[in-house]
Amino acid sequence: MAFQLDSKVPEGPLKEKWTNHRFNMKLVNPANKRKFKVLVVGSGLAGASAAASLAELGYHVECFCFQDSPRRAHSIAAQGGINAAKNYPNDGDSVWRLFYDTVKGGDYRAREANVYRLAEVANNIIDQCVAQGVPFAREYGGMLDNRSFGGAQVSRTFYARGQTGQQLLLGAYQALERQIGKGTVRMHVRSEMLDVVKKDGRAVGIISRDLVTGEMKRFSGDAVLLCTGGYGNVFYLSTNAMGSNVTAAYRAYKRGAGFANPCYTQIHPTCIPVSSEHQSKLTLMSESLRNDGRVWVPKQKDDQRAPNDIPEDERDYYLERRYPSFGNLVPRDVASRAAKERCDAGYGVGATGYAVFLDFAAAIERVGEDVIRARYGNLFQMYEKITGENPYKVPMRIYPASHYTMGGLWVDYNLMTTVPGLFALGEANFSDHGANRLGASALMQGLSDGYFVAPYTVGSYLAEEVPLDGSGAVATDDPAFDQVEQEVQGRIDRLLSVGGKKSVESFHKRLGQIVWDQCGMGRSREGLEQALRDIPKLREEFWKEVFVPGSAGEFNPEVEKAGRVADFLEFAEVLCEDALAREESCGGHFREEHQTPEGEALRDDEHFAHAAVWEYKGDDVRPELSKEQLTFENVKLTTRSYK
Amino acid sequence: MKLTLHVWRQAGPQDRGRMEMLQVDGITSDMSFLEMLDKANEDLIHDGKEPVAFDHDCREGICGTCSMVIDGVAHGPQEGTTTCQLHMRAFKDGDSIHIEPFRSRAFPVIKDLVVDRGSFDRIIAAGGYVSVNTGSAQDANNLPVRKKDADMAMDAAACIGCGACVASCPNGSAMLFVAAKMGHLAHLPQGQAERKERALSMVAQMDAEGFGACSNHYECEAVCPKEIPATFIGSMNREFLKSSLCPDS
Ligand SMILES: Cc1cc2nc3c(=O)[nH]c(=O)nc-3n(C[C@H](O)[C@H](O)[C@H](O)COP(=O)(O)OP(=O)(O)OC[C@H]3O[C@@H](n4cnc5c(N)ncnc54)[C@H](O)[C@@H]3O)c2cc1C
Ligand code: FES
Repeated sequence: MAFQLDSKVPEGPLKEKWTNHRFNMKLVNPANKRKFKVLVVGSGLAGASAAASLAELGYHVECFCFQDSPRRAHSIAAQGGINAAKNYPNDGDSVWRLFYDTVKGGDYRAREANVYRLAEVANNIIDQCVAQGVPFAREYGGMLDNRSFGGAQVSRTFYARGQTGQQLLLGAYQALERQIGKGTVRMHVRSEMLDVVKKDGRAVGIISRDLVTGEMKRFSGDAVLLCTGGYGNVFYLSTNAMGSNVTAAYRAYKRGAGFANPCYTQIHPTCIPVSSEHQSKLTLMSESLRNDGRVWVPKQKDDQRAPNDIPEDERDYYLERRYPSFGNLVPRDVASRAAKERCDAGYGVGATGYAVFLDFAAAIERVGEDVIRARYGNLFQMYEKITGENPYKVPMRIYPASHYTMGGLWVDYNLMTTVPGLFALGEANFSDHGANRLGASALMQGLSDGYFVAPYTVGSYLAEEVPLDGSGAVATDDPAFDQVEQEVQGRIDRLLSVGGKKSVESFHKRLGQIVWDQCGMGRSREGLEQALRDIPKLREEFWKEVFVPGSAGEFNPEVEKAGRVADFLEFAEVLCEDALAREESCGGHFREEHQTPEGEALRDDEHFAHAAVWEYKGDDVRPELSKEQLTFENVKLTTRSYK
Repeated sequence: MKLTLHVWRQAGPQDRGRMEMLQVDGITSDMSFLEMLDKANEDLIHDGKEPVAFDHDCREGICGTCSMVIDGVAHGPQEGTTTCQLHMRAFKDGDSIHIEPFRSRAFPVIKDLVVDRGSFDRIIAAGGYVSVNTGSAQDANNLPVRKKDADMAMDAAACIGCGACVASCPNGSAMLFVAAKMGHLAHLPQGQAERKERALSMVAQMDAEGFGACSNHYECEAVCPKEIPATFIGSMNREFLKSSLCPDS
């Protein structure tokens, strides 16, 4: 049976929807809140902010993360900043403009009402963070400073040096620790959720593994919030933290949660390229560098000369050539594809031929090395640490890398998945960015979901659906828990008993290569069909030949990795199915069959203005597709042009 | 490059642990230190042996998860650099490298190079925050902050909570970590209301966790990957003294 997708978008004009909805939602009386327990899986921006806010309201909260401290969630790595429509610089920003830019930046594949709400609460996020003591950059007058980011013509990005994610997460983490100190949140670190427990169709708990002892643990709750981040590591090499994975979302999918738009993945244009086959991750160089750096490749194929020996007229500044009006500042998806096109054609540089130059010589000549140092000093230093080259003297070498995933668990306006009682927040859901996310909008979305949306909508679910007398609670010795725990344990035992010779890592690398080649920056029917043949073969090999050392009943990082890679090996198929079904190009999804004669993305609004929602139908069975039609009542669909 | 590693192996908290010698070959100068360990682990797995357990996540020098003492120095030989950002060009063919966990009474070993740093979280839970519930904030620009103060707060807030300061201190003191958080909040107007209580409760928790006292060795400052200056410790001492002597003033 296909999903009945009800987005639950409230009635009324766009600008009044959230206000009206908040008024109409049922409330839980303050004295009754402590009768409910909420499980929050994840302690990144979305999870930490939700757990702290729900506990402040009086709910019992249990929070989980797989790192050794909630402060180490992947959100910590965000560099550039967070958007809000404060209009402090008086440059014409407004909630409406932030809403509009986000819908357009997402290539018209997001739900209008959600995006509007996001833009609306963004200002509250900045207020909240400042009150917590987040040390945002300031001007000399003591007011908050803003910078510009891609895809917007106003300065609306708040930042804390190059460590905005760190500072926002520490703010949320400290709010969370305050509640932990008060006993209202119980924190479970080094604890990995491995499945959702359902009873009578509702999410009533989770099974997790204590990563120190290997012990299986059961937790029951009146609602479960998955704030478990994105799946960018399906490509193996990405800018995500090593532990980022799809397991929580994927296991939820297998329990009936719809997975929306998995093919919307963001490939960031400016990352330090792969240097050797032992590379374990890629490092982002902030988008802001493209303000002063010029991107080029030699005009001659396989040119082995040092960059500074290549004369000006033998260089191809291909972004400036192809996009004269936006030049080096085209959006992420456009810049990434253009780099790939040059390298595929044989003009790439560096040892692998998969890199392009990002050159600061002209900027240094124009404004001086000191100004460039003041602007990007920490990034230049990081680049030099990793590559051993001095970017003040030699152009940087950069190449696109997997960075963010717009797809995720389908949620309605209340952030609830297709499983009642199971919510998804932050990068784990699909909600606000459509087919492409603008810079500085992920932090905004994670905190919006956690501080300002879920505390209301989860409360409303509890008030409406969960009986106050506790008769809805499911004890952890309920057969529903027995069964799921057995399945989880069975899977771990199977992984350990394969007894092959190949490492988990080697399978992850090979999977990443398939997905990167066939479902990365450019996708074609032929390539995707090839991937859909290769992935099941690799999965089969994995289950026959993988070697997972040690045992389940101990601290064993290989067991953790094995489970995650096993899930990636299944999930990658859903990703490719989705890319195959979407016969258009939009945002981060570029189908080579669907492009203009100049090589630009070609959307098909008539047939594909929908969210594609996949439903699990059994192992080795093609998932079923349902569609949520997207209606645009407030913005007009146009073709993005950066020429 | 071919290297000889002497790595701390300890099966669990109860195990006494020992150094184990490993040979690793095929290392290139552009690999990171952790990629070198990945390679050593791949070899171990290939031989059907258990890999060396170590903590890591972002591999970008920001999450504070990686934690090793390399040739006697927390995070290794390069200044201002976490283990994950240390690259093998800092070593040469034929080198022997000693790798041990961040040791301290307050950081019990879980396995091999992995330690439990939960004590840091408990210090924050004791008072390392501003008490402000979600939704009760005024407009952000109603509260101007001098740029100088904001910059100082940010210098302190850059701490990644890795624990290198503790691991390098002969007394196992956590003063630099605690001072950084107190310094961050003390430099901002938002942090003033609870300033005294914060100083007292964070220090009390620090003592309860079994961290040692500071006797001005400044090893912490030398190994801090974020180069947080030890001057924050001086401010913390004054802050604590003032709060203890006149808690109600
Ligand atoms: C290098 C980099 C730079 C970025 N810069 C920016 C920027 O400047 N601006 C911007 O807006 N966005 C940026 N982003 C994107 C942004 O950082 C992320 O999208 C966002 O932080 C995700 O937050 P989250 O709370 O959804 O998930 P995460 O921060 O990924 O947190 C996931 C949490 O879930 C837990 N978890 C996961 N699975 C399980 C499980 N099975 N069991 C238990 N716990 C689990 C983890 O332990 C963790 O606590 C950047 C991303 C990268 C990679
Ligand atoms: S792994 Fe994150 S700081 Fe080293």
